[in-house]
Amino acid sequence: MRRLLAILLENEAGALSRVVGLFAQRNYNIETLTVAPTEDSTLSRITLLTYGDADRIEQITKHLNRLIEVVKVVDLTDGDHIEREIMLIKFRAVGEGRAEAKRVSDVFRGQIVDMTADAYTVQLTGPSEKLDAFIAALGDTAILEVVRSGVSGIGRGEKILSL
Amino acid sequence: MTERLSGGEMLIRALQDEGVEYVFGYPGGAALHIYDAVFKQQRIEHILVRHEQAATHMADGYARSTGKPGVVLVTSGPGATNAITGLATAFMDSTPIIVISAQVPNEVIGTDAFQETDMVGVSRPVVKHSYMVKSADEIPRIVKEAFYIASSGRPGPIVIDIPKDTTDPNETFDYDYPETVSLRSYSPATRGHGGQIRKAVAALMKAKRPVIYTGGGIVQGEAGDMLTAIARKLGFPVTNTLMGLGGYPGTDRQFLGMLGMHGTFEANMAMHQADLIFAAGARFDDRVTNNPTKFAPDAKVIHVDIDPAAISKIVNADIPIVGPVSEVLTEMARLIDAALDEDPERLDRAAIDAWWQRIDGWRLKHGLDHDQRHRAGTNGAMLPQHVIQAVYRATEGKAYVTSDVGQHQMFAAQYYKFDAPRRWINSGGLGTMGFGLPAAMGVQFAHPHDTVACITGEGSFMMNMQELSTCMQYALPIKVVNLNNQALGMVKQWQDMQYGGRHSHSTYRDALPDFKALAESFGHVAYRVDDLAELDGVMADTFGPKHKDDLVFIDAHIDPDEHVYPMAIKGGSMADMVLEREPGRDDIREDV
Repeated sequence: MRRLLAILLENEAGALSRVVGLFAQRNYNIETLTVAPTEDSTLSRITLLTYGDADRIEQITKHLNRLIEVVKVVDLTDGDHIEREIMLIKFRAVGEGRAEAKRVSDVFRGQIVDMTADAYTVQLTGPSEKLDAFIAALGDTAILEVVRSGVSGIGRGEKILSL
Repeated sequence: MTERLSGGEMLIRALQDEGVEYVFGYPGGAALHIYDAVFKQQRIEHILVRHEQAATHMADGYARSTGKPGVVLVTSGPGATNAITGLATAFMDSTPIIVISAQVPNEVIGTDAFQETDMVGVSRPVVKHSYMVKSADEIPRIVKEAFYIASSGRPGPIVIDIPKDTTDPNETFDYDYPETVSLRSYSPATRGHGGQIRKAVAALMKAKRPVIYTGGGIVQGEAGDMLTAIARKLGFPVTNTLMGLGGYPGTDRQFLGMLGMHGTFEANMAMHQADLIFAAGARFDDRVTNNPTKFAPDAKVIHVDIDPAAISKIVNADIPIVGPVSEVLTEMARLIDAALDEDPERLDRAAIDAWWQRIDGWRLKHGLDHDQRHRAGTNGAMLPQHVIQAVYRATEGKAYVTSDVGQHQMFAAQYYKFDAPRRWINSGGLGTMGFGLPAAMGVQFAHPHDTVACITGEGSFMMNMQELSTCMQYALPIKVVNLNNQALGMVKQWQDMQYGGRHSHSTYRDALPDFKALAESFGHVAYRVDDLAELDGVMADTFGPKHKDDLVFIDAHIDPDEHVYPMAIKGGSMADMVLEREPGRDDIREDV
């Protein structure tokens, strides 16, 4: 089961390492992880993508809550939510391929943020599957470098994650 | 007027303000400012150990026997890393200890300075929480929080890592010890959910084959009296885990003994056949459940625990209740009284009587004395069980008993009947050999006028025997009972039972010291005994007025071939046990 967890924690040195350490210690898996301070600079927010059955996810949630610096844990996949990931991808674009690559980027609403005579760098935002699809759509194009941010998520509607 | 104190002085003052009596520690470079602050005061007694691991076990023994956090002070680097085993021991058994580790000065952190170790990093998986002091003015708040976190909720060990510059005697600060703690991210449950408690009581009322199964949480949560009251009201059988012994009176008729891998036949059979298991302050450890997929197939499970993560971790709870056991049991007792007042016939007494008949049948068939009734050891040798029973008689069951890890630990748990909580102190979760002697020292410091016995084996004892020197320095009258079978008995037992009797590195080939001479060289009293006929006499001397003020070391040479039974059969249910030595199965031995 694919699960997206939102974790609010104290924005303190060492807090993140406790979260990451917990996953390693208890043999849980981190698929992607993003972290940054929130509008309240004393708090950081992690979005963490993991896989596991219901029992495993329950244990993960409970053990996260057991960490003193973790303030709140919510499983975003329990309800309606929005997921986004950002990707910077650099690929070879020469000759006729240049125009085709531009078209593919446009279709995916990617932005070319840098270019050289031989390569494009495209910025693409969306759910992870869209980024996967873009890479697939590039077909035989030689991909030089891919940087993905990992998933960020937020609940839909009035629901907010706060203290 | 607020006082001006240095960081080192604030640390010691804060410990005083927490009511700390003893600090177990060992000095070193990064800790010297703190040690100077220790020197300049009288209220806290510092106990100089011989190895930092022992300091952590002393603090742990102090904590387990009093319920108050034990405090350790070590230097950076090796001082800190030597404390790790003790932290892990306390973490696994949820005991409150606070390890204050000195650290190299902030300005050199990260440069691989002399005696530098990332203590917060190294200890992270085995602490409830840890702190790195960044500036001296944080010290009072951090100490306050550390004591609160260590001893509230599910207790556990805390590390406070203090860089040397923050304890500089030349920099002083206003000292103001906070009265309260404010932690928005930490609020342990203070009571159980009312609806769940009502459901649990309703389930108890309907039970036909109930068992009350309790663990260390009853001891730590000061819920022994409530547990006993509930068990008596209901007339249900009670079993305790290794950590929970003493939580229910060991001599009571309703007590089935310890359960689990080396639990009694009746306790394990009752668990397996139960229709209702009422678990309180226990965590369904693998040494209890055996194969969880075969665990108590007919049982509905009520599980009370302060730690939500302990519930439904191994065995699914039908009625989970998160809360302090003492509060939850008090509320349950009230509801049980109300239900029975309203209708004394609410309980299915006939079914419970029939259940007791089955349990008594199991007891008769395979009680713990079953094996011993029929034999002495090989060639009439003294059995370890005889020694534990002799200690029990000599101390009238009233001693604080610590143990190390192995066969002797199981024999002690089986044969010493604990009638009160906090009397049985052992490393259950981590299984730390070398725990027994230093733990006994911590207990003796906390209870100077009580009898403290350390039941150990020669393998475990040698892991921390340097503390005989500390015992000499502080004149600790501990009674050490060394069950000497000249082997790592539990390892050897497994090798007998599962590895065709191949004793790979479980014996020492005549390389053991003369323990009597060893103990005497530290100024202690020592006996060597290998004859059952002399045993009670030695015990009478040891625990009697003659040696009231002496550390006495009894080197008891026991049958080296004895095994611990019952023993759970790996991968089976709780009902699957080896009950006694089976010829052809486990008696293959290579002569050493």
